[in-house]
Amino acid sequence: MSTNTDSTTTESTHQSDPYATTAADEAAAGDAPVFTVSGGDWYSVVDEATALHEERIVVNMGPQHPSTHGVLRLILELDGETVTEARAGIGYLHTGIEKNMEFRTWVQGVTFCTRMDYLTPMFQETAYCLAIEKLLGITDDIPERASVLRVLMMELTRVSSHLVAIGTGGMEMGATTVMTVGFRERERILSIFEMVTGLRMNNAYIRPGGVSQDLPPGAIDALREMVPKVRKGIGELEALLNENPIVKGRMVDVGILSLTGCMALGITGPVLRSTGLPHDLRKSDPYCGYETYDFDVITRTSSDSYGRLRVRIDEMYESLKIVEQCADRLQASEGSQGSVMVADKKIAWPAQLALGGDGLGNSLDHIREIMGSSMESLIHHFKLVTEGFRVPPGQAYVAIESAKGELGCHIVSDGGTRPYRAHFRDPSFNNLQAVAAMCEGGQMADVIVAVASIDPVMGGVDR
Amino acid sequence: MTNDDTTKGEVVNNPEKTQESGLTPGELELSQVDSAGVEPGETTPKVVGYRQGMFGPTQGGDTSGYGLLRRPILVAGETARPYGGYFDEIADSLERGLVGGPASFGEAVAAVVIDRGEMTLNVNREHLPAVARVLRDDPALRFEICTGVSGVHYPDRAGEELHALYHFLSITNGSRRVRVEVSCPDDDPHIPSIVEIYPANDWHERETWDMFGIVFDGHPALTRILMPDDWPGHPQRKDYPLGGIPVEYKGATIPPPDQRRSYT
Amino acid sequence: MGIEEKLPAGFALSTLEGLAGYMRKASMWPVTFGLACCAIEMMAVGTPDYDIARFGMERFSATPRQADLMFVAGRVSQKMAPVVRQIYDQMANPKWVISMGVCASSGGMFNNYAIVQGVDHIIPVDIYLPGCPPRPQMLLNAIIELHKQVESMPLGVNREKAARAAEEAALQATPTHQMKGLLA
Repeated sequence: MSTNTDSTTTESTHQSDPYATTAADEAAAGDAPVFTVSGGDWYSVVDEATALHEERIVVNMGPQHPSTHGVLRLILELDGETVTEARAGIGYLHTGIEKNMEFRTWVQGVTFCTRMDYLTPMFQETAYCLAIEKLLGITDDIPERASVLRVLMMELTRVSSHLVAIGTGGMEMGATTVMTVGFRERERILSIFEMVTGLRMNNAYIRPGGVSQDLPPGAIDALREMVPKVRKGIGELEALLNENPIVKGRMVDVGILSLTGCMALGITGPVLRSTGLPHDLRKSDPYCGYETYDFDVITRTSSDSYGRLRVRIDEMYESLKIVEQCADRLQASEGSQGSVMVADKKIAWPAQLALGGDGLGNSLDHIREIMGSSMESLIHHFKLVTEGFRVPPGQAYVAIESAKGELGCHIVSDGGTRPYRAHFRDPSFNNLQAVAAMCEGGQMADVIVAVASIDPVMGGVDR
Repeated sequence: MTNDDTTKGEVVNNPEKTQESGLTPGELELSQVDSAGVEPGETTPKVVGYRQGMFGPTQGGDTSGYGLLRRPILVAGETARPYGGYFDEIADSLERGLVGGPASFGEAVAAVVIDRGEMTLNVNREHLPAVARVLRDDPALRFEICTGVSGVHYPDRAGEELHALYHFLSITNGSRRVRVEVSCPDDDPHIPSIVEIYPANDWHERETWDMFGIVFDGHPALTRILMPDDWPGHPQRKDYPLGGIPVEYKGATIPPPDQRRSYT
Repeated sequence: MGIEEKLPAGFALSTLEGLAGYMRKASMWPVTFGLACCAIEMMAVGTPDYDIARFGMERFSATPRQADLMFVAGRVSQKMAPVVRQIYDQMANPKWVISMGVCASSGGMFNNYAIVQGVDHIIPVDIYLPGCPPRPQMLLNAIIELHKQVESMPLGVNREKAARAAEEAALQATPTHQMKGLLA
C-alpha cells in the first residue's frame, strides 16, 4: 500500500513504492492495459474497466444442458451475475419434417407432423387435418362424433403438455417432487391415449376426414374414472407450488414481458394470457365445435413467470371441464354409433381399425369384405392407402390454439396426392424470440426460470 | 401413336399442337380467361401448370394407357368485387390507408384472391413494407400479429419462383385474418424485410432465408438459423434433394423417398 | 483401465471380471442426453411409475464427466452431431451407449438431409433400442440387456481376445442386403 495519495504514476524514482508499475511490468503486460491502483481511486478504475467490457464473460449454456428444455443453446454475456445479452441458438433438432412431408401422401403426413412438437402431438395433427379439410372443402362434413373426439384428444394433450411444462420447470428449479407428481398424472392421461389410439405419444390418430378409429368399449368409463384422479393430482401440484415461498421468490417478477412486448414479438398462448389479454383461438376463432363447449379463458395480469404458472394450472382445470363435457357427448352418441370418418369414401381412410387378438389392425369384417366378397373394395382400399386421395389445388392456413400458443399450418396443394408445401407456424419458434427481452438485465438463474415459463419444445422450434 | 410420358408438358406427335406455347387450342383458350365479364364476387381460375398422365411424374414406362392425358392445374386467380364478409372492408381500408404513401393500392397490390374463405393479397415486393405498415397501424385494419413468413418454391413459374407468404391476425378487430403473398424471381431473390414493423418476423425471415434463399433486405442479422452456419444450399427448395440414403433390408435395398416410384 | 489389463487370463482375472462387472452394472449413471420425443419417455422412466431408481440410475448426471451411460434419446441432426461426439468423448471410461429409438439407431422415419442416419455413424453403440418412441418398459428392457452385457464383460487379455473374435465374425458375416431370410 503506497503512502502517497496520488498514485497513478507509472514511473517510480525511489524504491519506497514497491507497488508502482515498473518498466519491466509494462513490457511483460504487452498490449493489455495496466491499471495501478493504490487507495481511494478504486471506483474510477472499476468504471474504466467496465467501460472497456473487461468484466464481461460470454457463457454458453450449450445444447446439452439439463435445464434448456431440449437442445437449446443459450449464449449469455454475463456481467457478474447479471445477464447483459442473451441470444438463443436453435436448429439442433432440425429434422426437415416439412420437406419430408412433400414426399409422402396427405395421410402419411400426419405421422410426420405429429412429431414436431412432441409434447402436443394431437394439436399438430389437428391443425394439419383441418387445413387439408379446408382445401378439400369438407369442413362441414366432418361427423360430429369425430369433432368431439378431436376436442377430447386435444384437451387431454393440453393437460399433459402443461403437466410436463410445470414438471420440468419445477425440476429445473430443484423441486423434483413437482416432476414426479406431474409425470404421475401424465401417465394416467397417456394410458387413456394408449387405450384409444394405441400409442402413448406421437399417435397418428387424427386423420384428414375424422379420426382413425372410434373409442373402444370401456374407454368412457376409464376416462370418467381418470378425470377426478388427475384433478386431485393437479390439486397436489397447486398445494406444492401456489403459495410456496421459494417458488414465489424465484418466479414472481421474473421473466417479465408486458403486453406491448408480447404484441411486438407476436407472442400467443399462456405468455400472452399472463399479461391480461384474453386471447384464445378456441373462443375467438372456434374450430371443431369449440363454440359449443363451456369453458373460460384464464388470464393473469402479472406478466411474469408466476402468472404463467398459474395460467397453466388453471387452464388444466378448464381442459378437464371440457374433457368431461366431451365424455358426456360421446356417451350420448355411443348408442347411435355415429361414424368417426367423413362419409365421402374417396377421402375416408378405408380401414376400420379395431383391436384384435394380435394388437391394433384392420377390422376382420373389413378384411373379410375386401378379400372375400368385393374386388372393387380391395382395389379401392389399395388405391386409397398407397396412392392416397387428391386434394384440389390451392392453399390454406388454419390456426388452432395449441398448449403453447397459436399453431398455424399453411399447406399448398398442386392437385396431387402429396403436399406441395406444408409449413407449420410453431408457437414455440415464435415465443422463443422473447428470451432476449425477458432475460437481459436479470440474473443468470432467472434465465432458466424465464425459459421454462415460455415452455419451448425444441422439436417444434426446429421442425 | 407413341406414348411419350417423359417430361411434363411435352407431348410429341400431337397433330393439334401448332402454337409456340406448346398448348393445344383448348388449353390456350383456358389460359387466356381474364376477369372481364366475370360475375361479381366470382373468382377467375388461373392455370399454373399441367398435369401429365394419370399418375403424374413416373419413373419407368407408363403402362396405364393414360400417358397422353393432360390436365391443367387450376388455382384461384383474381376475384371480382364484392368479396363478401369482412374482406371488402379490409380492401377498402387498405386502399384508404395507402393514399398519400409511397404507393397506391393499385400499384402495391397486384391481385386480390378470395379462396376457401381466405383473403390473399398479392403484393409487389417493393411495396411490401408500406402495405405492412398500413396493415398494422390503420385502426380499421389493426393486424397486430404477423404469424410468420412461409416460403414456397415454384420452379416452373418463370419470373416468380420464390413466394413468401405472410399471415396476419387482428385480435382487436375480431380475429380477422389476411394473407399477403409476395413473389420474387430466382435470379433476384430479394424481398424487403418487415422486421422493423413486425419484430416477430425476425426468426421467421431467417428461417425462410435458410430454407429457400430469399434475401430479406434490411433484416438486422440474416444468418442461418436451422441448418449449421456453413451449410451450402437451401434445403427446402425443390431443386435440393431430400438427401436420404438407401435403406438396407435383408435381401433388398430400398432407395430414399425422393427416388422411389411416386403416384402424385 | 488399469491393473486388470496387466493380469494374465485365469482365475484371478475371472474373479475380478465378475466383481467389476457387478459393481459397474449396479449403479450406472446416465448422462442427460435427451434430444426429442424419446427424451420424454426417458424422463418418464425416471418417474415413480417406471422407476429407474431401482437400478441406481435415477441420478442423471448432467455433466458427462461423471456419467457412465449415454442414452442417445431422439433424432440427431447434422448440427447436433459434433456435440454428441464431444459429450461422448468427455465421458470417462468405462462408458456405454444405448441408442434409444429408431431415429438414434438408424435415422428412423427421417431419411433426409438433416438427420444423421444412426448415431453409430458417430459413436460406438452397445444396445440399439427400436421404437418411436419406445415405451418406458422397453427402455428398461434395454437397460437390463446392457446390464447382462456389462456383468459378463471380459477384462484385460480376455477382452482383447473377445474383441478380435467379434471383429472376425463381423467380417465373415453376410451383408444385410444379401441375406436371404426364411424363404431361401
